[in-house]
Amino acid sequence: MSGSNALGGKVWKFGDNINTDLMLPGPWLFRSAEEQAKAVFINNRPEFLREMRRGDVIIGGFNYGMGSSRPAARSLRNCGVGFLLAEALNGLFFRNCVNFGFKAFECPGVSKAFEEGDRAELSIDDWTATNTRTGQTLAVTPIPSMLLEMMLGGGVLPMLEAKGLIAKRNVG
Amino acid sequence: MPMTIAEKILARASGEAQMKPGDLAVVDVETAVLMDMTFLPEGWREVLKLHDPSRVVIVFDHLVPAPTIQAATAHSTGRRFAARFGIERLHDVGLDQGIAHAVVADRGYAIPGTVLVNGDSHTCAAGAFNCAARGVGGPDMLYAITLGKAWFRVGETIRYDFTGSLRPGVSAKDIFLYIAGTHGAHVNQNVEYGGPGMGTLSMNGRRTLATMGAELSAEFVIFEPDDMLTDYMHQMNPAAVTYPTMPDPGCIYHDRRTIDLGTLEPLVALPDAVVNNSVPVGQVEGQHIDQAFIGSCANGTLDDLAVVAHVVKGRHVAKGTRLIVTPGTQTIYHAALRAGYVETITAAGGIVTPATCGACVGAHLGTVGPDEICLTASTRNFKGRMGDPSARIYMGSPATCAASALTGVITHPGSFFAGDVA
Repeated sequence: MSGSNALGGKVWKFGDNINTDLMLPGPWLFRSAEEQAKAVFINNRPEFLREMRRGDVIIGGFNYGMGSSRPAARSLRNCGVGFLLAEALNGLFFRNCVNFGFKAFECPGVSKAFEEGDRAELSIDDWTATNTRTGQTLAVTPIPSMLLEMMLGGGVLPMLEAKGLIAKRNVG
Repeated sequence: MPMTIAEKILARASGEAQMKPGDLAVVDVETAVLMDMTFLPEGWREVLKLHDPSRVVIVFDHLVPAPTIQAATAHSTGRRFAARFGIERLHDVGLDQGIAHAVVADRGYAIPGTVLVNGDSHTCAAGAFNCAARGVGGPDMLYAITLGKAWFRVGETIRYDFTGSLRPGVSAKDIFLYIAGTHGAHVNQNVEYGGPGMGTLSMNGRRTLATMGAELSAEFVIFEPDDMLTDYMHQMNPAAVTYPTMPDPGCIYHDRRTIDLGTLEPLVALPDAVVNNSVPVGQVEGQHIDQAFIGSCANGTLDDLAVVAHVVKGRHVAKGTRLIVTPGTQTIYHAALRAGYVETITAAGGIVTPATCGACVGAHLGTVGPDEICLTASTRNFKGRMGDPSARIYMGSPATCAASALTGVITHPGSFFAGDVA
């Protein structure tokens, strides 16, 4: 890995059409962001939060993040997921990834190129993802610079704070 | 270069001559709708400067009347925000109450040819009004109301042309279940509806179809404008300056598909997923249900309540099954009262609740328990969506739900409509 935008971690694989209810179940909608981060995948994959380590990577399939507008991306960021790569990201989920400063990108072929437990490395400078076990490198689909800047800058809220449009707060 | 409806509206709203798939559109937001969840303390930030109060609408909908202290607190925050900035379009608990997308429809807030955003995924409902409407996240809403802007990645467009007309007992929900079952998700794509059969669909039917576009994971879902829309806008919001937008001849669609409405039949989506999961009602007929629900932004229209009343009139809900009906707005509730639907449904043993998102989001007024089976005419059947994750949620049309409530098992609604004329 090299450069300031290089990241890596252990892979957790998920299939197609993973919905936001799974990442942020309904009963947790009304709890604190901290508590929400402790409910990620509890209905479909309860071992995820017990066993994952900060910086681990989610590899998803087609239409990752389908469903409601709930801030599931914030929960992934807060529980320590390093980044997410998927065949295709749901548009609304992607917006929340930009908005909450969670790194999520589209990477065609990613679900075939990685197995559970592999190590994935991402370089945003080169727009590539690498499987360190197989040595295979895939192209990550670049996003517009305006969106990348918001995503890497911690999301929309710090930007609106800096402009004096919303009040500052330490959490969220 | 000729453009699709979505491309044209985004181009106009961003002040650009041209928009094509792959572009990033930074647009002026004509209408920003804030729903009550936006004001929950975990998401809301105190706004110091507002772009334009006249472009903001506030609707309390998911949690009305407030079932918890937290919901009541969110409502208080919303009221203070409205008062501070002089926002006139505040839909508080009471006569103006309703599900945001249904309120937008009732009041003609969605202006044809403009951009509307709301922090709820089913905002595409306003696509029925030829409006580029999209569900965004809570932070997007803070961006929209403080800067007056929103950004969108422009996607490819899939065009659906309708021909013919629906047979009695078949509804817009069944059109949706057909599209979702046959064509699956439309991720990062726009959906455009038109064709000679579109005129046979009521505005309420179009709303159902547009609302369910969220379940296709579509970006924008937009109907062509027609005389029915023009009349509707004249009636609901005569002062509005509209920009009805047709696709340019020769515009490029990623795919173009024709659906003969006359060939469709009632369908049911099996539990846990909406797309690629539809079967004919006959395939699950006889499955016991504990609850039938008709409501939400997709199926809380007056047409939907009329269908339920028609099916249950003079009959009784089966023992061991609950029928819960939630109108989309209190305006619809009143219209249903005047039409006698509320009396008919309650006399049959159904419950008609106040207008709210309620059971659809598993929040209140019809949350389902462990291992229960629900048949719903609402928006989603995801695991845990309407309550306990062990509950199984089937999805069907209001007619199928009402017919099934009477028998206690999933039932084809055809016999209730045999003598009707479409």
